[in-house]
Amino acid sequence: MASAVELQEIEVWDGNMAASHALRQAQIDVVAAYPITPSTPIVQNYGSFVSNGYVDGEFVMVESEHAAMSACVGAAAAGGRVATATSSQGFALMVEVLYQASGMRLPIVLNLVNRALASPLNIHGDHSDMYLGRDAGWINLCTCNPQEAYDFNLMAFRIAEDMEVRIPTIVNQDGFLSSHTAQNVRPLSDEVAYKFIGDYQSKNSLLDFNKPATYGAQAEEDWHFEHKAQLHSALMHSSRVIEKVFGEFAKLTGRKYNLIETYDIEDAEVAVFALGTTVESARVAAKNARKRGIKAGVATIRSFRPFPYAELGNALKNLKAIAIMDKSLPAGAMGALFNEVGTSLYQVKDSKHPILSNYIYGLGERDLTQVDLENIFKELQENAQAGKLTHPTQQFIGLRGPKLSFC
Amino acid sequence: MVKEIKNLKQFSKSAEKFEGAHLLCPGCAHGMIVREVLNAVDGPVVLGNSTGCLEVSTAVYPYTSWDVPWIHIGFENGSTAVAGAEAMYKALAKKGKYNGQKPKFVAFGGDGATYDIGFQWISGCFERGHDMTYICLDNEVYANTGGQRSGSTPIGASTSTTPAGKVSYGKKERKKDILFVMAAHGSPYVAQVAPNKWKDMNKKIKQAIDTQGPTFINAMSACTTEWRFDSNQTVEVSDLAVDSLVFPLFEIINGTEVKITYRPKNIVPVRDYLGAQGRFKHLFKPENEHIIEQFQKDVDARWEYLQRREEAKV
Repeated sequence: MASAVELQEIEVWDGNMAASHALRQAQIDVVAAYPITPSTPIVQNYGSFVSNGYVDGEFVMVESEHAAMSACVGAAAAGGRVATATSSQGFALMVEVLYQASGMRLPIVLNLVNRALASPLNIHGDHSDMYLGRDAGWINLCTCNPQEAYDFNLMAFRIAEDMEVRIPTIVNQDGFLSSHTAQNVRPLSDEVAYKFIGDYQSKNSLLDFNKPATYGAQAEEDWHFEHKAQLHSALMHSSRVIEKVFGEFAKLTGRKYNLIETYDIEDAEVAVFALGTTVESARVAAKNARKRGIKAGVATIRSFRPFPYAELGNALKNLKAIAIMDKSLPAGAMGALFNEVGTSLYQVKDSKHPILSNYIYGLGERDLTQVDLENIFKELQENAQAGKLTHPTQQFIGLRGPKLSFC
Repeated sequence: MVKEIKNLKQFSKSAEKFEGAHLLCPGCAHGMIVREVLNAVDGPVVLGNSTGCLEVSTAVYPYTSWDVPWIHIGFENGSTAVAGAEAMYKALAKKGKYNGQKPKFVAFGGDGATYDIGFQWISGCFERGHDMTYICLDNEVYANTGGQRSGSTPIGASTSTTPAGKVSYGKKERKKDILFVMAAHGSPYVAQVAPNKWKDMNKKIKQAIDTQGPTFINAMSACTTEWRFDSNQTVEVSDLAVDSLVFPLFEIINGTEVKITYRPKNIVPVRDYLGAQGRFKHLFKPENEHIIEQFQKDVDARWEYLQRREEAKV
């Protein structure tokens, strides 16, 4: 039996340490992982928990991220709690197996510490990897700081393993800005955390020899479509369970999360929409913009997949202008978030659509400063007052050389 | 301890864990090998399968030929899927959540999934020492995708990506020596088997499965479609392969100790084996005869090497 860890009411943890403790408290049966910056400390910390008797499960350090997810799939199919962590190139190597995990409806939890994709090689944080895996059929949860990295990890097991859901789940946090930044984190005790997550409920286990299961069959044109549609349907409906788990977590901790999180948006005319640590910077910038007479707000979402189209459209419909911040560049297109937010607003019937602009920023962790954000609020104000887009739709922030913009 | 192997009568009465209803080609040796593997296992078994002929022929939704737990992920990672299941078994047993008989963990892959694309995953599993048996169904070609060359295809074979033509005798490279590569991982048991030598095969599979740690079996699986012989000739072609020593039967214990398990009374010339298959037909043209000579030389040298290794006991 694993030893419990006595935690202080407030611990000073970075996002990786917060995630590691959540994994430890979940008493995972199998963690299979391969180290990659900036997620490496998650598995290093976990390794030290194993070495010191704080974890009972198996810890398998495999030879690649593809193998990590492959082992996770085999382990999850064998009927127990499974988790791993990765970033960037490692996530890219895993992508094939991500589809297989979701296709088999295995509730694996993956900590994705967001980082740029090569080339050029870059170890720092942007959201390129998150978007690479967006269509793989996983639930994608988004966090802004170490406290949330901790909270969402605990909730991820509840969501993924819910009998109505059974979908693998990713917890995203920003590389370095969250993963390596120490902050005050309020953890739950080991006992309370485990009680919240609960025992793993097995379904169609490979180790159930009385009822042999076949996993990963092939289904050609006569059945493939139905399988994919079922996964999609379960994903779309999983937001109900996500909200239910958010509610229970709020009762337990007082920390309330919502599918759509807004800041000062009720009377706002303009808003910045972003993911991850940028949300916190944008809140500060919005507060300052209000001092200059701009009715500024901020919005974010907690689950990128399933994407909360209707809820987001309703939350943003009365704004005059919105800046959608994409910390990745889907080469040859508008930002991924830009497209999703636009789609959400077009779901709203009988509404005058806000003016949308797309800011590409922070690739390879190029700094996004308060001045940058204040300038964005200024541009939004100009759009709102003119009643039309006064700048190009897609602009790049902090890029050296000639100013780059499109459309 | 290795248990008594079943005799033919017992074998025929064994419970079927692999249904006769599957889509393998008539004459395919895969079915014979899989049945023998499942008959060699006593108690519960978890099977993994890499993408390939066996996988696509036995689990076509909503049907399955498997009466045992079975998982397929991708082309390269059948070994690691089984390793993951084995890790889960260990975790659950340690926590008292699994109280049944200890299962055996077995992974199947074709030669493409073993010699080529899946090699890294197998190597990782062996280095980590998972208690599992990996069985390569070696038909020396990517049979599932239309007969392309693999790292196991022998020199001179005409395949769909190395077709024999006006200026080519087919594949230029020799077959990868997978058994010694796997033995070099320090595996407690690796062996080469052929389904026509039934008792030898059954004994080795049993030994591999009952040995603690990662063990490896390379099973020659004659392919009627890509080797181009009649579907009723599988056993005859297999006999020629082992009797010509193109596919010698031996085992390596603890990574070093070589034991030859079958010595043909009458060694057949390699050309007899090659002549029985369409894939080598072009080698009998005068301009390609030197490849047959080369093939014979290679086989002789390897047999000599195996015998010396056996004698030396190192």
